[in-house]
Amino acid sequence: MANRSIRIVDTTLRDGMHSIAHQFSPAEMTTIAAAMDEAGVDTIEVSHGDGLGGSSIQYGRSRASDQEYLQAVAPVLKHTKLAILILPGVGIREDLHMAAGEGVKVARVATHVTEADIAEQHIGLAKKMDMEVLSFLMMAHLAPVEEMVHNAKLMEGFGADGVYVVDSSGYMLPDEVRERVTALRQALKCQVGFHAHNNLGLAVGNTLAAIEAGAHLVDGSLRSMGGGGGNAPTETLVAVLTRAKIDTGIDLYKIMDAAKFLDAIKTSQKADPDAVLMLGYAGVYSSFLLHAARAAERFDLSPREVLVELGRRRVVGGQEDMIIDVAHELASRVAAR
Amino acid sequence: MSERLRVAIIGPGNIGTDLMYKVLKSPQLELCMMAGVVPDSEGLRRAADLGIATTAEGLGPILERRDIPLVFDATGAKAHLAHAPLLRKAGKIVIDLTPAAVGPYVVPAVNMGDNFDSPNINLVTCGGQATIPIVAAVSQAAPVAYAEIVATISSRSAGPGTRQNIDEFTKTTARALEVVGKAGKGKAIIILNPAEPPILMRNTIYCETTDPADPDAVRASVDRMVEVVRSYVPGYRLRVPPIIDGTLVTVMIEVQGQGDFLPEYSGNLDIITAAAVGVAERLAERIITKKGVVDHG
Repeated sequence: MANRSIRIVDTTLRDGMHSIAHQFSPAEMTTIAAAMDEAGVDTIEVSHGDGLGGSSIQYGRSRASDQEYLQAVAPVLKHTKLAILILPGVGIREDLHMAAGEGVKVARVATHVTEADIAEQHIGLAKKMDMEVLSFLMMAHLAPVEEMVHNAKLMEGFGADGVYVVDSSGYMLPDEVRERVTALRQALKCQVGFHAHNNLGLAVGNTLAAIEAGAHLVDGSLRSMGGGGGNAPTETLVAVLTRAKIDTGIDLYKIMDAAKFLDAIKTSQKADPDAVLMLGYAGVYSSFLLHAARAAERFDLSPREVLVELGRRRVVGGQEDMIIDVAHELASRVAAR
Repeated sequence: MSERLRVAIIGPGNIGTDLMYKVLKSPQLELCMMAGVVPDSEGLRRAADLGIATTAEGLGPILERRDIPLVFDATGAKAHLAHAPLLRKAGKIVIDLTPAAVGPYVVPAVNMGDNFDSPNINLVTCGGQATIPIVAAVSQAAPVAYAEIVATISSRSAGPGTRQNIDEFTKTTARALEVVGKAGKGKAIIILNPAEPPILMRNTIYCETTDPADPDAVRASVDRMVEVVRSYVPGYRLRVPPIIDGTLVTVMIEVQGQGDFLPEYSGNLDIITAAAVGVAERLAERIITKKGVVDHG
């Protein structure tokens, strides 16, 4: 796989928001975005962690609005393309209009792996506004490969320029990543991407497996910021891929310098490593991490038992309210004993 | 037996078919026609098997039936926008089960009395029918500055109409949280969950009150409201009673369907078709009274 090139989309300023309960300031985003532009990152994603319109009681309110974040970032990007995330059911088409007005060129439109058909309106609108559309099939591990392929084809048919296998739980092993990326490469004409989470420590390895299997697009985040155990660290990916003679267009030292800004900023509580591991092991949506920790504390439970129960019920992305529901039920059972 | 109000349904999909079975059970309504656009659709076939007049020509044949004063529209938002002016011109009352929101939003447990004279009654959305009563109940105990709801439904109970109208769902529900629920600002989120066996429809309602609410008043108001909704949606129940954290009130509701057509997990369909029949029966009483042919026996 040497002498290839690969496109990295950095999601520090979107998925990374989960690590800090969506509390980046617009000024912090400006600084980090400028450093990534300088380092040569192709595309950066900026939004609430749950995408446009995600600021809510359910997911946590962001420090500023999506529009304020985009306005803070867009003017400092000289080469880097600006992306947003939108989850149909959470964000609406008006949010896409707003993003287009702020200079966003790439729309990442995400659904649960079996629910691609709720994205038709949003993909269609983004294409109509001349955006590149990269679609996410979230929680990919929860669907059989054939069903994932069927949904990927729907997204391609709606106009997506790329479809991602998204390992939202950081659950997949490298062979499973290879199998899914290969299946999409064979079934689709459009590009194929992979988005890793590091809950089992496999984010970089899985990303390499995806590239070997033919992925054109991979995601990273500085200092591995992101839901649960975070994403594949962009700076590490650049180092690894440089050694593998795969061109990312990113300058290693400059991206390392960009990552340093996170060390200066961070206010985040340290994630409970047991809970992170359990997300990956039980196959639970990574963004649940901080919510599960809070609910466990409130109902006097261990985060582990809450997460295992959520995994058992096959709860999907966005169902943060189920964490309270499950914790309430587990606590009632304890009280009844 | 009193005279029954003659009604028709357009849209023989999941919702229209479930509605058909509920209308057939109603002592006040007489289902005279089921209309669709796909000749071999399952809904039309079921209606025909029950001896109901069917048409695959869309709304036209219903408009020609001057003996049918009330029409249920169970198509989709886009289709209803086209249907609404035609129905109005034909002088028909329409109960709109799509999120098109041409007419005023009606949630039977909250504001039926204000909207008897509207020729177009909109039933908001399934999520709206499930959550607005709770927001209204909290509002009665303490002013609600912001209400946010999360409706989670099983993938199997979301037909193409819901899927293609997902933005209309969130926008219509959010607006109705304000207009009917009396929240200062509303926000709605919808999630489809494909887990097997299918999950029951569940709804989380978050209300931020302007001042810390009196917990006893909130609980009593929510309990009363749940009983009112249960009078027309028997499978409606509190899953997590009000959790009160200063100004934040969190309530979780589960809706089990009556299983009239689709399985019990489709509480999201059941609640909107049950609301539609509830509205139609109340209208039937008034229309037939006006005509002076009500049977007082």
